[in-house]
Amino acid sequence: MSATATLGNAGALAGSAAGSTASDYALEVRGLSKSFGGLEVIGDLSFAAPRGKATALIGPNGAGKTTVFNLVSGVYTPTAGTVLVNGQDITGVPSRRRIHAGVARSFQNIRLMQHLTVIENLLIGQHVRAQGLGALFSPFRLMPKHRWWKEAQQALDECGLGAYAQQTVGALAYGIRKRIDLVRATLAGPSLLLLDEPAAGLNPTETQDLLAHLRLLASRGTSLLVVEHDMPFVGEICEHVVVLNFGRKIAEGTLDEVRQVPQVREAYLGSEEE
Amino acid sequence: MSGYQTGVLVFLAFNVIAAYSVYLPMAAGQLNLGIAGFMAIGAYTSAYLSNELGWSMLSSVPAGALASCLLATVVAVPVLRTHGIYLALATFALGQIIAAVFLNLEVVGAAAGYPVNEYVSPMVVVACAAGVVLLMVFLSRTRYGLYLTAIKNDATVTDLMGVNVRGMQISAFAIGAMVAGFGGALYGHHYSFIEAQHFNVLLSVFTVLYVLLGGTQTVLGPLVGAVFFTLLPEALRASDQWRYVIFAALIILMMLLRPQGLLTASLLRSLGGRKQGMQQ
Repeated sequence: MSATATLGNAGALAGSAAGSTASDYALEVRGLSKSFGGLEVIGDLSFAAPRGKATALIGPNGAGKTTVFNLVSGVYTPTAGTVLVNGQDITGVPSRRRIHAGVARSFQNIRLMQHLTVIENLLIGQHVRAQGLGALFSPFRLMPKHRWWKEAQQALDECGLGAYAQQTVGALAYGIRKRIDLVRATLAGPSLLLLDEPAAGLNPTETQDLLAHLRLLASRGTSLLVVEHDMPFVGEICEHVVVLNFGRKIAEGTLDEVRQVPQVREAYLGSEEE
Repeated sequence: MSGYQTGVLVFLAFNVIAAYSVYLPMAAGQLNLGIAGFMAIGAYTSAYLSNELGWSMLSSVPAGALASCLLATVVAVPVLRTHGIYLALATFALGQIIAAVFLNLEVVGAAAGYPVNEYVSPMVVVACAAGVVLLMVFLSRTRYGLYLTAIKNDATVTDLMGVNVRGMQISAFAIGAMVAGFGGALYGHHYSFIEAQHFNVLLSVFTVLYVLLGGTQTVLGPLVGAVFFTLLPEALRASDQWRYVIFAALIILMMLLRPQGLLTASLLRSLGGRKQGMQQ
């Protein structure tokens, strides 16, 4: 019997993914596989992330967590399987159109534009809400009071980062850049936010600030899918946990539930024979 | 203003136009080494329309620019599938092919060159160069300019933000070619004579040099680069044959000391504050 099947709550959730309604889940992954040449890095993966809640995707290094993010965000094309966001099949949707379906993401290695200022990075994040040739060729950067500046500044102010608006990103501390990466991802107003190790490298104070930020997003109805190694952090924010190992799901449920699964303990701690 | 000074000013104006034709695709991370070819398209198209079909310069010059733009759009689709050094080589080859075609095209004089009837005055050339600078400054203040910088920095992230990266890259390549064609058309009408040999690889390389040494971080970098490297050889004329040695040594020195170019975003910010900064 698989570990997933032993978990009542998780099993019900995974089983319901196949026949769910659009309102139940922010993300549904069904039979997802990805191979590079002959190497299968994700195999027949199915799970669902409830709408308006935080779901953690955990597993040892090399388990395929970031690959799942790349498949959901469209950076990679799956070998098999489907990806549904809010009930809408986005498997064949190009990566740049996925943000229109409500999918935004942050990156494990911060990928902000280093030479640009913080607020200029945020202006790029607004793109999905500034469509059309008029928006593209409006010389708004000559107008300091333009609403796009105001909205970006407001987003920074809400997170206590307003003072950094005019600073060049490359000159900022790691923790601040992490938060700015998160703010940029939220500016498109995503319904599903993929966060790849958001707490990595943060000190305890910065981690608490991040948690407050994520709770704010969750309170506004944004669904979160979080890849994270920091289990106390996962326990604080995520109500649902999916565990991967070697590209396959080995458990699903609450953090306490998955901790009891032998395969999870073995994946993290190694088997007794080792 | 003496004839010599006027000559230098016009030369500078052409170099500024050429520099910005390279700058726009470079702002999106594309190195176009075939810019001389696009200048040739503009020059020959405008000259032919003016000479043979009696078009006025008001219509033949924009038509020359448009012809370059159209060709660039067509070739951009396959050419921009390449990146880095392969893109540079592909554009270099494109420039060579265009020059070779005009070198053998009898209808526009082939290797003997092609006289151009209508004349454009130095002041018009300078005014057009100023217009190109203003256009680029304008673009740098729009989302278009911001997205080009973003694509150069990280095309994957920019794509995930919803920006049509490929469309932006093609448009930057095409607008750059249009500016080159515009400059080429004006060149033909100002000097009243064009020959394919003028639009050689050296012209493309020097133009890229203006942009790289002026700096690609700011929209004013190509202007500074073009001014510096147009006026410097003139200032060195007194040193006779040594001027080329001094000029080359200065280029190497600048590459060593300021690889990011003469003008950078941080330098502008420190000089004039954010509001005056022309960071792209």
